Amino acid sequence: MKVSDLADKFGLTVFSGENGLGREVTGGYVSDLLSDVMGNAGENEVWITLQTHQNVLAIAALKDLAAVILVKGFKPEPEMLEHSTEEGIPVLGTGWGAFEMAGKLYAELEKQGILNNNP
Amino acid sequence: MKKFRADLHIHTVLSPCADLEMSPKNIVARAKETGLEIMGITDHNSTKHAKLVEKLAEKEGIFVLTGAEVTTREEVHCLVFFEKEFQLDAFQHFIDKNLTIIPNPDGYFGYQPIVDEDENILEMVPYYLPAALKTGINEIQKAVETLDGIFIPAHIDRPANGIISQLGFIPEGLKYDALGISKHSSQNHVRKHYVLGNKTTLICNSDAHYLQQIGEIYTLFSIEEPTFAEVKMALNRKNGRFTETNEEYNRSYS
Repeated sequence: MKVSDLADKFGLTVFSGENGLGREVTGGYVSDLLSDVMGNAGENEVWITLQTHQNVLAIAALKDLAAVILVKGFKPEPEMLEHSTEEGIPVLGTGWGAFEMAGKLYAELEKQGILNNNP
Repeated sequence: MKKFRADLHIHTVLSPCADLEMSPKNIVARAKETGLEIMGITDHNSTKHAKLVEKLAEKEGIFVLTGAEVTTREEVHCLVFFEKEFQLDAFQHFIDKNLTIIPNPDGYFGYQPIVDEDENILEMVPYYLPAALKTGINEIQKAVETLDGIFIPAHIDRPANGIISQLGFIPEGLKYDALGISKHSSQNHVRKHYVLGNKTTLICNSDAHYLQQIGEIYTLFSIEEPTFAEVKMALNRKNGRFTETNEEYNRSYS
């Protein structure tokens, strides 16, 4: 599943990083504590968060994440947009909260047999 | 140049997590006892006890930096200080405009009284003061800079509410006068662990919530006289002014 498929399927706003819409998604991670994401998110995962600081993109690039989804209608700060395009990591947006967004993404990835369910 | 003993992170009874004994009057008495010469008054998202502490401290010859401990949108705690009353008031207005209002009925999160110099309660703040502002750390730093204030991300090594825990690392381009480290950590360890180099000033403060914690940990300021401008110069190591944590001081002189 590509980031673009995800954006279409759930009607997500694409704020930036269109050049990364072809990235493959293999899972997701939900956290608003950036140090936690640095330590625990995995490659090609989608990061669901309400944080809009420029460091979000730096960490997404460091961890080679597929995309960032901002929840509850939050919009990225200008520096975040810049970094997103530079790094080719899309920033997407939804009006849903993290719980709903993660639930929908989880169900979809499981349906497609993409998720590795070993904790 | 003279050395002044400073503790720039002290809460008063107005912070819900602070002990009810932390009245402006008691804080000044305790600071006097422990030999503090410079104090920073930093309640969570409120400047409303700072001027009273300053007034009482002045009589004892203690210099007070008036400010607050702000919670940014990312839930990073930052110390901010202002020299003039109109700047402090302008920043209080900024807080009032941006604070997320969470009710604090019956002191659910702890009591938040504003008192006078005789410890009479004038007002109970009805909403939870430490809640996050709706503005991010970059925007708050700019607001402080516009008001010629001092900006210090607090206890950067703490597992919660420090800039590293919340943002992963110190954001590129963020301006600050110094970084605060928590009272039990070693400056050398923090510098190495977070790769800070030697250009950044690190200061140690008590983050006192109880009277006995005041002055327990301090930073020595080498300045001409205790004024806002001199303190700011020392934090930025300008014109021969500088600071030492007690760890550094003890190493050099023992």
